[in-house]
Amino acid sequence: MAARVDVRKTYKLYIGGAFPRSESGHSYAVEDAKGGFVANAALASRKDARDAVVAARAAFKGWAGRTAYNRAQVLYRVAEVMEDRRPQFSLAVQQSEGLNAGRADKVVDTAIDRLVWYAGWADKIAQVTGNANPVAGPFFNLSTPEPTGVVAVLAPQRSSLLGLVTTLAPVVVTGNTVVVVSSYARPLPAVTFAEVLATSDVPGGVVNLLTGSAATVAPWLASHMDVNAIDLVGVAGDAALATDLEVAAAENLKRVRRAPAAEPDWAAEPGLDTMTDFLETKTVWHPIGV
Amino acid sequence: MADNSPPSDRTATPRTPVGSNVFEYAPAPESRSVVDIRASYGLFVGGEFVDGGGTAFKTINPATEEVLAEVAEADEADVDAAVRAARRAYERVWSRMPGAERAKYLYRIARIIQERSRELAVLESIDNGKPIRESRDVDVPTVAAHFFYYAGWADKLEHAGYGTTPLGVAGQVIPWNFPLLMLAWKIAPALACGNTVVLKPAETTPLTALLFAEICQQADLPPGVVNIVTGAGETGRALVAHPGVDKVAFTGSTDVGRAIAKTVAGTEKKVTLELGGKAANIVFEDAALDQAVEGIVNGIFFNQGHVCCAGSRLLVQESVAEELLARLKRRMSTLRVGDPLDKNTDVGAINSAEQLARIRELAEVGEAEGAGRWSPECELPAHGFWFVPTLFTGVTQAHRIAREEIFGPVLSVLTFRTPAEAVEKANNTPYGLSAGVWTEKGSRILKMANELRAGVVWANTFNKFDPTSPFGGYKESGYGREGGRHGLASYLKGGS
Repeated sequence: MAARVDVRKTYKLYIGGAFPRSESGHSYAVEDAKGGFVANAALASRKDARDAVVAARAAFKGWAGRTAYNRAQVLYRVAEVMEDRRPQFSLAVQQSEGLNAGRADKVVDTAIDRLVWYAGWADKIAQVTGNANPVAGPFFNLSTPEPTGVVAVLAPQRSSLLGLVTTLAPVVVTGNTVVVVSSYARPLPAVTFAEVLATSDVPGGVVNLLTGSAATVAPWLASHMDVNAIDLVGVAGDAALATDLEVAAAENLKRVRRAPAAEPDWAAEPGLDTMTDFLETKTVWHPIGV
Repeated sequence: MADNSPPSDRTATPRTPVGSNVFEYAPAPESRSVVDIRASYGLFVGGEFVDGGGTAFKTINPATEEVLAEVAEADEADVDAAVRAARRAYERVWSRMPGAERAKYLYRIARIIQERSRELAVLESIDNGKPIRESRDVDVPTVAAHFFYYAGWADKLEHAGYGTTPLGVAGQVIPWNFPLLMLAWKIAPALACGNTVVLKPAETTPLTALLFAEICQQADLPPGVVNIVTGAGETGRALVAHPGVDKVAFTGSTDVGRAIAKTVAGTEKKVTLELGGKAANIVFEDAALDQAVEGIVNGIFFNQGHVCCAGSRLLVQESVAEELLARLKRRMSTLRVGDPLDKNTDVGAINSAEQLARIRELAEVGEAEGAGRWSPECELPAHGFWFVPTLFTGVTQAHRIAREEIFGPVLSVLTFRTPAEAVEKANNTPYGLSAGVWTEKGSRILKMANELRAGVVWANTFNKFDPTSPFGGYKESGYGREGGRHGLASYLKGGS
């Protein structure tokens, strides 16, 4: 009996809740850790980046306006769906990062657990980072965190799944919407993750995924006047590019999470700064009287 | 302090119709004898006053154009010496000192500011042009309160949530609109967290910072913990770019803030930027109109409108626009413009000839673009820099006076019909520093407060400041917060 010919997946971008190809029509060959051909991924263009920002901006008001409890449940749901697809993600990580099955399982488990951890923060971060202020006068005065807006995330180049989840979840859980540029060489787990997002109650446009080159796409995001903040971790180790992007980001005073010298250890428990770097503090005053 | 009263307390409900002579008061000047202005000032580096390497410049009284003193200009070598002095003090003394001891120095400074408060207030009004009523009742008391507040944090940092590790040397550049208050906002939290500072005051208002240097000497603050370098843009650029600076804190224009963000790109320096604003002050039809009028007046004419969070765009609901404008004009007619040292003055002098030219230019653009210009009748002094409180009606969102920060006593009036339209117009700006809402309906206040993209929302009040209350902007109004527990994050390694 002839061997069955497998049905291969087309890996596309994820913008505004849909999976388009790049408007440029360009793609690039993605290899596994051993150098074998796996698939052609969409090569995101400037126009794709701009479309993704438009989608993220359109989704911002609704997502930021959800109750924190609701955002927590949506993120938890992402973890649930991912858990359901554990073997698929493990294979994807093995393929792209060259890990053995045991290590890849561990990476996937940590990524899922991390989503659960961040999901729980949705309705606690305001209590931990906000406070009442005892001003010297008859006024009610309260400081609370609010999402910064549309955030560009350059996902790490090496850690294709755990690094992606660890940079993405803290930005989204507080109510920001995101345009994320995946790892260039290891984009496929990110696309599969986008398929999980699309099927787990995350509204379209909240997370938009571009596969391709950070060096090509990130300058457009860093200089985009409707992007409020940027996480540069995806260009860790490339100080010249990171500096150029930070200079471009200064044009509309984006909040910048700088690139470290090297990719951090993604297995370590993240700090609150992963969330607070993309939060604004709003302080409201009202007189007290009768 | 929170209870800075609007320029109105004496005249809460003007009963007499418009007229410039209705409130004719005898002059009530505050005495200048309390201040002793020297002929020339050096830089304050390593606990001593030293000569500057640059070209000395003059600081003038903007109300009279009288030269007050000659002030040293710090060149690159002076900035370097100041940063090195700060580094030495950081490594040898200040970062090693227990928080409880640092606290006591800050408490001392707060007390000396209270003791010498009138002297500071008079000097501030002379050098800046702001009314003595404001420097005496708002600026200086808030300065003392700020040091007192942060003094108490110095030995409690482990409870604040940002760790206890200071950053090192902070380079701080402050503007001319609240010279001493901005100094306090910068220096008090930096020192409480264990950092040392090099501060550059604005070139038109250096005198109170230099008096503050004397206060540091009186407090026996260890040499080098606070260094003050005077000068203009070049001095500021040298300070921001200095590789020995670990932290940059800037308050001023968005353009300069942008340049600073580019300068520090690719470095490890932490930055806080408190930049421009174009705040909407939104009045709904159910608002207490007389209170709203007081808030509008305080919002835009406080400190001659030289306030980054000034309520420079009045958004008034169409149904009450006519009535509100009539009351506002009547109230504006009672504002007393003139001698900053007169205790009855509501609106003082514009800080500099340059700023006056900028305000005039934008006001002319407002007229040229078709908005309706109105000012009360008002006699202005023959010398000095003055601008009559002015409002523009029929302003649209496309007008430059609705988009650009004027930083003067000029109010642009727009109207709206629905709350959604008010939010849309209020947020239609690259800035996001502050906003005001006036309505008697609680749920509407909270809804508006949620939807306004601004760092401070004043509801049924405006322009309130307090050391415990974080201040800072969204979007192009900058990043980081000053004041309150949040203000510590800018000066500790564990804060973002």
